[in-house]
Amino acid sequence: MTAPFDLNDDSVVVIIGTGAGGGVLANELAQKGISVVSLEAGGRYLPEDYINDEWDSFGQLAWTDPRSTSGDWRVAKDFSGLPAWIVKAVGGTTTHWAGASLRFQDHEWKAKSTYGDVQGANLLDWPIDPREMDDYYTKAETKLGVTRTGGRAGLPGNNNYKVFEAGAKALGYKEVHTGRMAINSAEYDGRMACQQTGFCFQGCKWGAKWSSAYTDIPKGEATGHLEVRERCHVMRIEHDKKGRVNGVVYVDAKGKQHEQKARIVCVAGNSIESPRLLLNSASSMFPDGLANSSGQVGRNYMRHMTGSVYGVFDQPVRMWRGTTMAGIIQDEARHDPSRGFVGGYEMETLSLGLPFMAAFLDPGGWGREFTTALDHYENMAGMWLVGEDMPQETNRITLNHDIKDQHGLPVANVHFDDHPNDIAMRSHAYKQGIAVYEAVGATRVFPTPPYPSTHNMGTNRMSEKASDGVVNKHGQSHDIANLFVSDGSQFTTGAAENPTLTIVALAIRQADYIASEMGKKTL
Amino acid sequence: MSLRKQGMTRRQLLSQSAVFGASFAIGSGFVAGRVEAANWALEVEYLSSETMATLIQMARDIYPHDQVSDAYYAIAVKGYDTAEAAEAIEANIAALDAAAKGIGYARYIDVGWERDRVDLLRAMENSPFFQQVRGGLVTGLYNQKAVWPIFGYEGESFSQGGYIDRGFDDINWL
Ligand SMILES: Cc1cc2nc3c(=O)[nH]c(=O)nc-3n(C[C@H](O)[C@H](O)[C@H](O)COP(=O)(O)OP(=O)(O)OC[C@H]3O[C@@H](n4cnc5c(N)ncnc54)[C@H](O)[C@@H]3O)c2cc1C
Ligand code: SF4
Repeated sequence: MTAPFDLNDDSVVVIIGTGAGGGVLANELAQKGISVVSLEAGGRYLPEDYINDEWDSFGQLAWTDPRSTSGDWRVAKDFSGLPAWIVKAVGGTTTHWAGASLRFQDHEWKAKSTYGDVQGANLLDWPIDPREMDDYYTKAETKLGVTRTGGRAGLPGNNNYKVFEAGAKALGYKEVHTGRMAINSAEYDGRMACQQTGFCFQGCKWGAKWSSAYTDIPKGEATGHLEVRERCHVMRIEHDKKGRVNGVVYVDAKGKQHEQKARIVCVAGNSIESPRLLLNSASSMFPDGLANSSGQVGRNYMRHMTGSVYGVFDQPVRMWRGTTMAGIIQDEARHDPSRGFVGGYEMETLSLGLPFMAAFLDPGGWGREFTTALDHYENMAGMWLVGEDMPQETNRITLNHDIKDQHGLPVANVHFDDHPNDIAMRSHAYKQGIAVYEAVGATRVFPTPPYPSTHNMGTNRMSEKASDGVVNKHGQSHDIANLFVSDGSQFTTGAAENPTLTIVALAIRQADYIASEMGKKTL
Repeated sequence: MSLRKQGMTRRQLLSQSAVFGASFAIGSGFVAGRVEAANWALEVEYLSSETMATLIQMARDIYPHDQVSDAYYAIAVKGYDTAEAAEAIEANIAALDAAAKGIGYARYIDVGWERDRVDLLRAMENSPFFQQVRGGLVTGLYNQKAVWPIFGYEGESFSQGGYIDRGFDDINWL
């Protein structure tokens, strides 16, 4: 069969979401000749449509449907309706992402065995051996064109990187470079090299940064086996009397509801929407939501230990020029409990434009203490701190029945409390980040609180045993054989690294599994 | 932003105005930069010109940047000059003036030292009014493209081919 597909065609794989997980899975399956219908809540925007203006771009691409927050994290106070910064568009959050693409360290696949029991943490080992991932990581790096892998050159360092590197070297850090980035340092895969434009977070207008929006999605469509229906929001997943999923109900741009039949359903709506959809699909057979016999759907929400450090210098830096995040210090990524916490963190260059800096440097701040910081915006350098946070059962996505979205569905509430390990790691990371800038003469430093979550993970986690998690080692739900989870919500633990390369590697791996099971007629 | 009223020039407007506080000239229905060099005037429709002038001063006291002219603060708050917002704004500014009376001044705008005005604002920092004005300024002030160059921020660069040949790595003091 070739696309477009009929609503009653029950031979198709339906994939919900077209971001890092869903977009890659759709293309990988289509390349194997498998019929795929991708349903995407957002519209289609390509490099010529992206707007290099922070707030305008946010308005164009971000997920701004209502959500609510609770818990002791500062985001709940400063941005109560915006727990996460996620994109609603074909390509998902890979339009906004910065491109940092790191493999997990081996021990991070085995957090429970490595860290032991951590009080209050719901740690678990991934049911995957790190060696099983080697080839998939290589495939993912090849797909994304990751620099400093596969013989691809690194990016040149910009001003922000040079300050960061000088400070790191002065402190004696060894693993310092311009990052492994899904940004072309030379023409690759028909896309041009980075022009150092500096709006990686707003969508790369040159297409130098990988995004599924203009790579995997059109490649999949070109096979004739993939149909992407944009501005189609999936409201619930349906199942038959035997408890196997058999279709999804979605609402299109005109507000009209449809049911698409399916042989297999893959959920890839990001770690807030994916559990929300499973919970909103509760039925008399599955009163707690689909795939939720363990009670773990929505739980163990992780967002990485994050924070930023900005430093002001007596001379200009102009950090906004060039790639947003091409710079990394990896020396602190190791697991070394002598620092007072388990797991590790990465330090990565980061720059925000003036409008976002005003909003995020010290949310709620005002008066001269605040404004004198912005007065020296030109002399600022910036870095982001990102490390492993502890999964906690009580950090979770639940349905908020008091608030409905435009389709009348209960919205997601995002509850998050920092774990003591997260707090200990953050204070260590602030100290080291400050030291980096002071080593090159910073006259003032700002340990900036976490932004709304950009890395969202863990809410449908992978587990060996059905009682511990939602999906097995292939992302297949323990309860329903033809229901898969294909995005960052599968993460058993978060590791220190930015998640997307691992999401992509898992999607490639899942495509192999689905194809092989379909071949064996077990699915 | 040089808004004219009934075809009058700014000079004519100023000639009909009274000096208000340190920095503003106000007349009926407009607020203007006090000196001729401050080339801006803002017409108000629903708010009194005194209230608008106070709001502009309050905006500056919340996010003071000495190198940024009042004109940008005026633009940032002019959205409150609507039929829906006016009543509440007048009441809240009246409350601010009352607080100023409590420390011996006729109105907020007459309080000479920024320090003393900031103390008045601190006392009302958690009020919905203060938070509304402060929150609105985060985008109202800093998202004005005309303000960016004052801070050195260059904005979009795609139209000029990015920074690859325009100094992305030109730092020279390390
Ligand atoms: C500013 C920013 C910078 C980042 N930088 C990096 C980085 O440098 N490195 C890194 O590894 N990661 C980075 N990330 C994170 C990265 O973007 C995400 O981890 C990744 O995109 C998540 O993939 P996903 O498949 O889980 O979800 P997404 O990519 O978010 O895709 C989910 C898609 O599902 C759609 N959807 C949701 N619900 C429904 C529904 N009910 N019906 C239909 N469609 C639905 C959404 O509209 C969306 O398009 C960054 C994120 C942000 C915001
Ligand atoms: S800095 Fe490079 S990758 Fe980032 S948006 Fe600009 S051209 Fe694209």
